[in-house]
Amino acid sequence: MAEGKPATSAGEIGAWAMFMYRYSKALRSPTPYLMLAGFALFFGAWFLLSEVFRFWRFASLPGPRQVLIEWFNPNPVYGMSLYTPDYYMHIWMSLRRVLIAFAIATGLGVPFGLFLGWSKVYREFTFPVFETLRPIPVLAWVPLAIVMFRGDETPVIFLTTLASFYATALNTMLGVQSIDPSFPRAAACLGASKWQIFRHIIVPGALPFIFTGLQISVGVAWFSLVAAEMVSGEYGLGYLINSSYVNVQYPVILIGMISVGIVGYASSALVRLAGDYMMQWRVRELALGEGR
Amino acid sequence: MNARAQAATKGAIRIQNVDKVYYAREGAVQAVSDCSLDIRAGEICMIVGPSGCGKTTLLNAIAGFHDITGGAIHLDGELLCGPGKPQAEPGPDRVVVFQNGALFPWKTNLENVAFGPVVQGKLGKAEARDKALGLMADAGLSGTEHNYPGEVSSGTRRRVEIVRALMNDPKVLLLDEPFRALDSLTKSVMHEALLEIYYKNKVTIFFITHDLEEAIFLGHRVAIMTTRPCKPKKILEVDIPHPRNYGVLTSPRFRSLMEETVNAVHEEAVKAFEAGEKEM
Amino acid sequence: MSAVVATAPQPRPRAAQSIWHHHLVRAVISIAVFLVLWELGARFKLPWVGQVPPPTVVFNTWLPLLQDPGYWYSWVQSSRRVLSGFIAAMIIGIPFGLAMATSRMFHDISFPVFEILRPIPPLAWVPAAIIFWPTQELSIGFVIFLGAIFTIMLNVLGGARSIDVRFFQAARSMGSSNWDIFRRIILPGVLPSIVVGCEVGIGITWNVVVAAEMISGGGGAIQSSAGGGLGFFIWNSYIGFSYPQIVVGMISIGIAGYISSAIIRKLGQTITPWARTR
Repeated sequence: MAEGKPATSAGEIGAWAMFMYRYSKALRSPTPYLMLAGFALFFGAWFLLSEVFRFWRFASLPGPRQVLIEWFNPNPVYGMSLYTPDYYMHIWMSLRRVLIAFAIATGLGVPFGLFLGWSKVYREFTFPVFETLRPIPVLAWVPLAIVMFRGDETPVIFLTTLASFYATALNTMLGVQSIDPSFPRAAACLGASKWQIFRHIIVPGALPFIFTGLQISVGVAWFSLVAAEMVSGEYGLGYLINSSYVNVQYPVILIGMISVGIVGYASSALVRLAGDYMMQWRVRELALGEGR
Repeated sequence: MNARAQAATKGAIRIQNVDKVYYAREGAVQAVSDCSLDIRAGEICMIVGPSGCGKTTLLNAIAGFHDITGGAIHLDGELLCGPGKPQAEPGPDRVVVFQNGALFPWKTNLENVAFGPVVQGKLGKAEARDKALGLMADAGLSGTEHNYPGEVSSGTRRRVEIVRALMNDPKVLLLDEPFRALDSLTKSVMHEALLEIYYKNKVTIFFITHDLEEAIFLGHRVAIMTTRPCKPKKILEVDIPHPRNYGVLTSPRFRSLMEETVNAVHEEAVKAFEAGEKEM
Repeated sequence: MSAVVATAPQPRPRAAQSIWHHHLVRAVISIAVFLVLWELGARFKLPWVGQVPPPTVVFNTWLPLLQDPGYWYSWVQSSRRVLSGFIAAMIIGIPFGLAMATSRMFHDISFPVFEILRPIPPLAWVPAAIIFWPTQELSIGFVIFLGAIFTIMLNVLGGARSIDVRFFQAARSMGSSNWDIFRRIILPGVLPSIVVGCEVGIGITWNVVVAAEMISGGGGAIQSSAGGGLGFFIWNSYIGFSYPQIVVGMISIGIAGYISSAIIRKLGQTITPWARTR
């Protein structure tokens, strides 16, 4: 990256600062009061309908107060709260699977996508198979995955990896194809060989799309993981949600759902942070406003 | 013709009877037809013509981005492309400066400028860096070395791109409407900057533009091209002596050259407009 | 490796290219190679692939099924679920997205709530949906609805935001009323994004339908009486050890998914002819 100190008055813009900037832009609530009003409406309605008025089917749903009490209970009625080690074990099981799947999918998907975008020959011979398999929903692979891979962990990881792989490879390929053709041409003029063009132009040029793809990939990974865990798995948040339904431990269902949401969101945010760190040039471009 | 341009010995391009046909969805399109042009070593040759007439195709053929379907192009006597070799190889002897800029956004200005010699293996990283720093200082770019292209103004970006090209001691500089996107104030500054760079480096410049004033101000010769298919319609010698400055713009000789050029170009421009040419 | 870098994309006249360069020929070759590798891998009991029924067996299992009305009924059931859930998502999602785009206040109130709900995977809602909704079909429909709606809403919002502000300015300067602007600027401007949102959403929908059908068919511990559909078909085949049927089911869903995407794409092209690229 940059060797010396950049001569910019904006100073060094760290990845964290960029994250906060983007986060606040994303929520785009200049009035935090309206945001609070929204939350109040949502949670308030939920609370009133399920716990106070016990309106229609809402009566069987646990209300937010019940869920919160259970979640923060040092001695939870149903055995699952922030204070029980089992809770963290389930989170860790799911997280571990997502991490492994994401790592494999990225390690395979990014190079695959780069070549798909870079070489016409490679693409015309490989993409058709990829595109033919892609319409099959990942979750339709569940039984086949169980048949193919012995054990409990491998099918789940396989499914998650498959879903992530599609997203990563596709977005990486789009990233390569989105590179302005002037860039490789300029590099060729300057005497770069094909491999040098790949290394210095294609890979950095595709990086923005690659990171978008990685964010999508993490989201898709959680989607598939939870589904796979619900259908066949032991431990993990998906499994927890399922089993607490079966064992009529309804507040735990919601604890599970909320936990998945939080962990999923955090992993997406981490990927975006990593992307901002790796693409300093883009961070500055965006933060200083279009300097064109 | 002035003595300085005569002193250069490399970078003479000979375009002979070049044809270029390409196949679009509508069918075959003849972009260039039987085009012949001699560009003298060390001169600034301005190529002027209506939009979509094929001038960029000519530049791309010289640069090696396209093949040609007929004729030949020689550089200093050596065949670039022609019979038996339809496409030239892009190389550091003919560097292109692109219309919308092609500085690599993920490298700092300094890394961009040093890119050429480093990837060719001609200079080590440290040496390239030092040479780049020197050239950038010469071009008045000190202080922007460690910025990314996205952080500096478009005028600065253009200069960095030109310096990046010059790092490779090219024979020819191929400029594809490089100042088109700049406002006229920045443009005039860039003109003088380009001429300064030219006086120091004596490289042959092949410059495509729409701007007639720019063409006459900068060029030794102005080649006016017809609408598609592209062919030189008229070649004007600009006998205003170098070095030039902006005072030249109001001289009577400049005015009469403008008149000649406008008349020649206008006819082609009307033809292009009526044909509904899209920018290629 | 062909000169990807330096050549501008130029299709050469047919005569000048060899048959092996044609992209359809290459596609056929690659799929054929894939099938052959699959067949050999399955027959020679390679790890993993060896457990999968070879394509020939799958094909032979499939032929009699084509005449089985039960098989086609599975198609109908799944498609019906996809359609109803998806249409519900569009009916609610598109107006919501437009409301968020046009009214700042509405956006500020509702968007944060959606952003915290969005990371929860649709399938995690299944048990809660079963508790809440009186029938199985409604709960599946609800989960499908959730799966698609976030994507559609986000795309509508993004599309409405990205309409060039100058279009609004031009319309105003020509004297348009608010309703006119909505009808003639916002709606058409948002249409391409709606189409994109639907294309992505339909993929999610199929995933959810398949999973829901598998879960309700006895996968996982949730049992129920309602069932049917292609997801159920696959799960049933698994339980019943008819492994070739699993693959038949997978391919069938793939085809169904592809058809629905293609329909959306075609519809999208007719609704937004201006978005067609040359």
